[in-house]
Amino acid sequence: MSFKFQVSGFKFMNLALSILLILVLGFSVVAQNDGSQQNKTGRAGTFAIVGAKIFTVSGAVIDNGTVVIQNGKITAVGPGTAVPAGAERIEGRGLSVYPGMIDSATGLGLAEIPQGLNASVDIAEIAANNANAKAITAVNPHSSHVNVTRVNGITAVMSAPTGGLIAGQGTVINLNGSTQAEMSVEPTAALVINFPRVAQGGGFGGGGFGGFGGGQQIDFTEAMKRRDTQVEELKKVFTAALIHARAMEAYAKDKTLPLVATNLSAEAMIPYARGEKPIAFTAERERDIKAVIKFVTEMKLKGILVGGQEAWKVADELKKNNIPVIFTHIYSLPVRDDDPYDYLFEGPAKLQAAGVKFAISTGDQGAEARDLPYQAGIAGSYGLPREEALKAVTLYPAQILGVADRMGSIEVGKMGNVVVTDGDLLDPRTNVKQLFINGRLIPLTSRHTELFDSFKDRGATEIP
Amino acid sequence: MKAILSLIVLTLATTVTSFAQNRGDVLIKNATIMTAARGTLEGTDILIRDGKISRIGKGLSAGANAKIIDATGKVVTPGIIDAHSHTMLSAINEGSLAVTSMTDVREMLDPSDVSIYRALAGGVTSALLLHGSANPIGGQSATVKFKWGRPAADYPIPGALPGIKFALGENVKQSSRSIQPGQTFRYPRTRMGTVEVIRDAFRRARDYKQEWDDFRAKKTKVPPRVNEELQPLVEVLEGKRMVHCHGYRSDEHLNILKIADEFGFKIGTLQHALEAYKFAPEIAKHGAGVSIFADSWSYKLEAYDSIPYNAYLLWKNGVLVSINSDSDERMRRLNLDAAKTMKYGGVPEEDALKMITINPAKQLGIDKHTGSIEQGKDADIVVWNMHPFSPYSHAEITMIEGEVFFDRAQDKINRTLIAKEREELEKLDVNRAPGAGGSQPARPAERRIKERDEADLERIGGNR
Repeated sequence: MSFKFQVSGFKFMNLALSILLILVLGFSVVAQNDGSQQNKTGRAGTFAIVGAKIFTVSGAVIDNGTVVIQNGKITAVGPGTAVPAGAERIEGRGLSVYPGMIDSATGLGLAEIPQGLNASVDIAEIAANNANAKAITAVNPHSSHVNVTRVNGITAVMSAPTGGLIAGQGTVINLNGSTQAEMSVEPTAALVINFPRVAQGGGFGGGGFGGFGGGQQIDFTEAMKRRDTQVEELKKVFTAALIHARAMEAYAKDKTLPLVATNLSAEAMIPYARGEKPIAFTAERERDIKAVIKFVTEMKLKGILVGGQEAWKVADELKKNNIPVIFTHIYSLPVRDDDPYDYLFEGPAKLQAAGVKFAISTGDQGAEARDLPYQAGIAGSYGLPREEALKAVTLYPAQILGVADRMGSIEVGKMGNVVVTDGDLLDPRTNVKQLFINGRLIPLTSRHTELFDSFKDRGATEIP
Repeated sequence: MKAILSLIVLTLATTVTSFAQNRGDVLIKNATIMTAARGTLEGTDILIRDGKISRIGKGLSAGANAKIIDATGKVVTPGIIDAHSHTMLSAINEGSLAVTSMTDVREMLDPSDVSIYRALAGGVTSALLLHGSANPIGGQSATVKFKWGRPAADYPIPGALPGIKFALGENVKQSSRSIQPGQTFRYPRTRMGTVEVIRDAFRRARDYKQEWDDFRAKKTKVPPRVNEELQPLVEVLEGKRMVHCHGYRSDEHLNILKIADEFGFKIGTLQHALEAYKFAPEIAKHGAGVSIFADSWSYKLEAYDSIPYNAYLLWKNGVLVSINSDSDERMRRLNLDAAKTMKYGGVPEEDALKMITINPAKQLGIDKHTGSIEQGKDADIVVWNMHPFSPYSHAEITMIEGEVFFDRAQDKINRTLIAKEREELEKLDVNRAPGAGGSQPARPAERRIKERDEADLERIGGNR
């Protein structure tokens, strides 16, 4: 009740009164009116970060260089780059410059409070085929997860739905903007399919998105049969989409033909069924991943594997068929008791060694996406070369999601998604000192810094 | 299947045990030692005799039979202590009643839980094993060392102060529970009811103590009936049992401090306490410890005001604070969670380390024996490949009382043996696929699937 009152009241007040209200009510407004605190989109300008160590990711590390950001883009990078007239100079001595990180399989903005507050959750539609459900239409630009995540150096995510067999379309968004359109980088980046798995009940649940609970245990042969039936059904959905496309095209050419009945999910499937846009298949276990590979090749699709606990076991086939992996299981426990304790920590290293294109993602619904750098770091502790760990959360996810022309490295012409730190980007002790998204200088504030500021000076004298 | 797993686990256990049964002298040479007591010592040796730290110094020598660990270039810390865990408990919640102080998780210890070994591989040597959060007053707790390969009786730490779990908030009031026709809700359903349940229990416990005191003073003739529910609460009133109180909101945790003041005892730890930063001065005044997640938030409504600066603000107010996991998964990376406190607010390095070593030891009343590297203490020690706050670090050797319970080099040998054994076992008739002459395998035992203390809430009488 009070929440409603404050929000609607806020709208009608003039600016002075609003400021007064903020001063007087202080914390209560900050804590309850998320809209006001999240609507901090930074400012545009021409910026030059001078004398920093530049991790371009796409090329060599520049020990002492300059990065220029102008009109939203990176316009110059190099050791001897001149600072343009009128640019804001940012002293980079002792600091490092990185491309903003990309978390490639999240639900960020779709589930504010996943447990016990369904009203805040928009991540899973209830149909079996939700192909036309688009995350970009449900992502909340004012979610508190946005600011909390970006101040840790993550500037973009894929946010994707999880429900049903065909979950819907994920979106690549910058973690800045007052509207979905302002955030959008690739509004419909990939279709998510929770690929039918051989399920006997119990065992493999999803750590990333997707995932299935346990249930009544069934015979293995029966489980195979059920999986195969589901795959056949899925094929029919694809075939139907292709037929739908042909019917629509035929009608476009010849209006004397009967109108094609509206079918939004079939329509949404078309670019994916034609192999023009990528499909993110969630699968964990060797036999299920093999089934995904078979499906992708038979149906001539552009596939991405998401989850991928046992992807390394099928590395050769993944590589041969150009199927990249978004690995979401650094923060998961190995499934079998007799799996080595570091079985999943080593996952990315094994994929890298086998030459499979891969990215590391938190697979998180949003709040913990900010741990992305540390998850990459852990992979770096278990066999993955450090420069590969960095690529696994910058350039590689950009390539996999089809946005590498716009982000993922410090290169001229790319979007100004840039992070300036006082240390190794993947180290939990490192602080982000400056943050740019789409060329805008972003304030390093969040729900967390604001709550911190509200309480940090509360002293013992206030105890009655 | 269960048979296979048990066999494998048993093999693993015996391999490690035989390796660990050397109680002779151990000399760790030339290490960087983060003592969690007296700063960091470079190029220093530790001599371990009879399971205790016998000497710390440069250029120490040991007898001819001593095991020598060359720690040149490596970092040594005390074993990590997790002050909130449910690892190795085969049941966690007895939630049928609002007060279940008669239950004791010590009777639920499962030494074959592979999570014990995985925790050791993350440098964890001790833990407080708590009852869940289904009710205002839960069961008695156990403080253990992770002596993997030993029988359950070897795990509890002799002399550790007994504890009991209390809980407040969403789980206790069963806010997510839906009931079937004919079922009723369990009292309490609100935070006000929760307070009254606890007050009622302590009033009854005080009366019960009075009855016994009167009988012992010969004021009455008939001995009171022994009450297993109230006896542990009498121990709380007498300062012989510590209360570890799960809660999230600052107001509910303040109320438990008030109740403790009302009945004249001190709360041992506030658990989770994600809003502790809002009333840190009051906690300092009461003298309770606080055991928190480094930065988890937003997973449920009562975790929405959690900020990663919590540890820093508590530390600044002089509160004894520890970082815990409440998760078999998170437990493996508490070193990185401690590192985060340096970033959020700026906790000094040694104090950050203390939050996972000596501070939880103090909270559990085991600090005289463990939690820091000091002469005379138990040799509960971790050898890391590098600074444990680096994301690229991992534990190489974890020892308890001078015995090695995890050794990464040995683990690599073991995993080959285990893989071979698995292969052999899979050939056995009982493990052949149905239809290939084998019999239907038994279903594996049910496993906990949730991480935090909500584990098993849904299994108790269909309740949540």
